[in-house]
Amino acid sequence: MIILQLYLAFLKIGLFSIGGGYVMLPLIQKEIIESHGWLTLPEFVDILAIAEMTPGPIAINSATFIGFRTGGIPGALLATAGVVTPSLVLMVLAASILRRFYENQWVRAAFSGLRPAVVALIVGAAVFVGRASILDPLSAVIAAAVFVLLVFTRLHPILVLLLSAVSGLLLYL
Amino acid sequence: MLKNDLTLEYPEVERGKSDPFALFTTFFKIGAFTFGGGYAMLPIIKREVVDDKHWLTEEEFVDVLAVAQSSPGAVAVNSAVFIGTKLRGIVGAFSALLGVIMPSFLIILIIALYFARFTSHPAVVAAFAGVRPAIAALIAAAVVKIGKPVLKERRNMALALMFIALSIGLGLHPIIIIVTGASVGILLHRIAPAKGETS
Repeated sequence: MIILQLYLAFLKIGLFSIGGGYVMLPLIQKEIIESHGWLTLPEFVDILAIAEMTPGPIAINSATFIGFRTGGIPGALLATAGVVTPSLVLMVLAASILRRFYENQWVRAAFSGLRPAVVALIVGAAVFVGRASILDPLSAVIAAAVFVLLVFTRLHPILVLLLSAVSGLLLYL
Repeated sequence: MLKNDLTLEYPEVERGKSDPFALFTTFFKIGAFTFGGGYAMLPIIKREVVDDKHWLTEEEFVDVLAVAQSSPGAVAVNSAVFIGTKLRGIVGAFSALLGVIMPSFLIILIIALYFARFTSHPAVVAAFAGVRPAIAALIAAAVVKIGKPVLKERRNMALALMFIALSIGLGLHPIIIIVTGASVGILLHRIAPAKGETS
């Protein structure tokens, strides 16, 4: 039952991606690429590129794409359902019953420790994707230029990604 | 049931009319026109839900953000479900959820259906060879953006370095890193609450 496995894998990913979409990346690396072998590393980076250039949350984009590649349209449905299940359950509870939960001092203390862990996980994701995508001097130059543009200018990330696609066409074609 | 309980919690303010269909279409629009992930969506959600539709007050929206950002899952999805529940109970939650995820789902499905055909085209191969290193840089730039406010405190910097060693050096599972992070936070709060930490 691969689609059930897909649902459970993305449920796990959704449940532990605290602190924004990028925390999902190391989880996808472990669950989808390393544990199940549903995806290769270059495929994963391509999916990320597509997810960044299309509207909507990266979590939904990647779940749909990976689900479809692994299990067709049922796979896409189940993976997406898996990744939103924790949001659905927790937010319905938070909006109706547990309103005070997030103001609890112990919950806040847990989050103060989670924040540096989240930063570390995103560093890990950058290293992981970098290893798979920076393969020659040209790609290192593209990565360095994009980093500088994103950190020091206010250019929109999609514009920067389009520029990198154009430089790919000019340099590699 | 749930809906009635919820409306009881509300202070009496003038609210725009919300029904499940309006929730669906509003969040569909939000999902379809915001690029660059959850955080890019928040100002758009605010414009729609607070400024245009008057479904929530500014203060309520700040509460929504606080909860949506500190919960598992995508921030945009969390906000949609939270707002949907507040306004129309479970039905509202599902309407907003379906609305916010449907554009991504459909667009990605269409790309996935036709993408395979073009992957071997030389122009696509070359363009992706340029985009892949850019994705690595994009994530590195996210580290700078997300890390800046967090790593100002020396304690957090030390913790982050420790977690980097555990995750990259030892290759520990990210779930272990997340759970350890939360436990360390609770432990430190017990021993020595950080400066400026309220309550």
